[in-house]
Amino acid sequence: MPDVNSPSPQLIRAERLNKVYPVLGGEPIVALQNLDFTIGRGEFVTVVGPSGCGKSTLLKIMAGILGCGSGSLTLGGIAITGPSRHVGVVFQAPVLLPWRTVLENVMLPIDVQRRVRAAHLERARGLLHMVRLDGFENRYPAELSGGMQQRVGIVRALVHDPDLLLMDEPFGALDAMTREQMNLDLLRIWADSGKTIMLVTHSIPEAVFLADRVIVMSPRPGRIIDVISVGLPRPRRLAMMSTPEFGALTEAIRSHFGTIGALDA
Amino acid sequence: MKTGSRRADLPLTILLAVLFVGGWQGAVWFFAIPSIVVPGPGSVLLALRDGMLNGELPAHFLVTFGEVVMGFVAGALLGLFWGVLVGLFPLLERVVYPYIVAFQTVPKVAIAPIIVIWFGYGMTSKVIITATIAFFPVLANTIVGLRAAPRDQVELLIALTASRWQIFRLVRFPQALPYIFVGLDVAIVLAVIGAIVGEFVGAQAGLGYLILQRDFNLDMAGVFAILLILSALGIGLHLLVTGLQRRVVFWMDNAGDRTVGA
Repeated sequence: MPDVNSPSPQLIRAERLNKVYPVLGGEPIVALQNLDFTIGRGEFVTVVGPSGCGKSTLLKIMAGILGCGSGSLTLGGIAITGPSRHVGVVFQAPVLLPWRTVLENVMLPIDVQRRVRAAHLERARGLLHMVRLDGFENRYPAELSGGMQQRVGIVRALVHDPDLLLMDEPFGALDAMTREQMNLDLLRIWADSGKTIMLVTHSIPEAVFLADRVIVMSPRPGRIIDVISVGLPRPRRLAMMSTPEFGALTEAIRSHFGTIGALDA
Repeated sequence: MKTGSRRADLPLTILLAVLFVGGWQGAVWFFAIPSIVVPGPGSVLLALRDGMLNGELPAHFLVTFGEVVMGFVAGALLGLFWGVLVGLFPLLERVVYPYIVAFQTVPKVAIAPIIVIWFGYGMTSKVIITATIAFFPVLANTIVGLRAAPRDQVELLIALTASRWQIFRLVRFPQALPYIFVGLDVAIVLAVIGAIVGEFVGAQAGLGYLILQRDFNLDMAGVFAILLILSALGIGLHLLVTGLQRRVVFWMDNAGDRTVGA
């Protein structure tokens, strides 16, 4: 990660981060309240919470799409004031442009950021190979299944070699089996690339399975109610999901929502 | 599925045409309708053949065709240009759009005589009338189309640090293309009407001019022959636009049929 080097091992640092949405003629909505957290370089952090806890808002603020209210939020020691070339974002939907082929969709960040096309074409092909999409370079998105489209979306977020990968419930729309496969694919990409990843999800098992640390958020106003370190060995395997350790971790997270009545568990 | 059902429809469509023409000829014979009221299809075809052979119809067709094409291209380009400007600068929409709508509410047929007085009896006035009619559907559809870009695609571009111009070029404009083509399709059919109306008001050549002349001579078969040419022209231009649309906006076509893999 050469671009935003700073001596600190933390890539992301948030201090007393607040976000309030004004409501016309009503009480303003507090989406995020006093968030304090850090994400280390190369770390895989997941954010889990019930719907409406502001976790997508948090991700959009980190992506620079939304402005943050008060508090400070830095990427590599530099305040996030807008979208950054050093960040890749994967959305809930694949968001592919239907008139571009798979390869051209992957190359979109290169075109937008006026990077050298020739230098990144090989990288794009290599990434497509990594997610088992070789041979699909010249297909159009409409010809691909949902899982394949989302893999194209992930490759697109990686093609410009960002320091931080932000993922907003990237597998929420996929069926359970595709989702498990995508989780394994993502862990392999993470291990191979050494990226820092923050992934937002409402699935507690997914949050535990992927993460080094799980940030647990409360329903609105969104606050951090726990940060859980996942000590499971890597590489993670699907079989780990049936171990007592895994069960204890998911139960610890679920208990938070049980006590505040956000889930029926 | 679509092409299959279309093929099954074709014999029915032809049968309908045969029934219509047969009924028309039968009614003319049965009720002994004089040909200066309703000519039979046979005499219309004869008039068409004669007009083609003596060169009268081709000569006037070329004039009208030229007016339609030039007026359409001018109106469509202007509509596209202003549509893009208004779509890019919302302030412009609030300031300029009311005037454009006010202009649109004035019937173009009503201002056609003024345009003929200003620009004469030649092709220029017809091209201008045609352009003013073709302008609005392209403008309105361009504006709507530029607003049709999905929010998540725009947010993706913002997250990638795209400029306003890049968001326009890479997402908004391509997303507007299907709408623009709907506008072009409406405009091309209106353009034919515009040229004929212009020629009715005052002209020295063109199919509209010829209709008036033949009407005056009670040459009904000759008028019907021109109507055939005009409708063929309209259909041809419409097919041209939709053919172009399928090539340019290829991703809107049968997207679901091409899905492969899992």
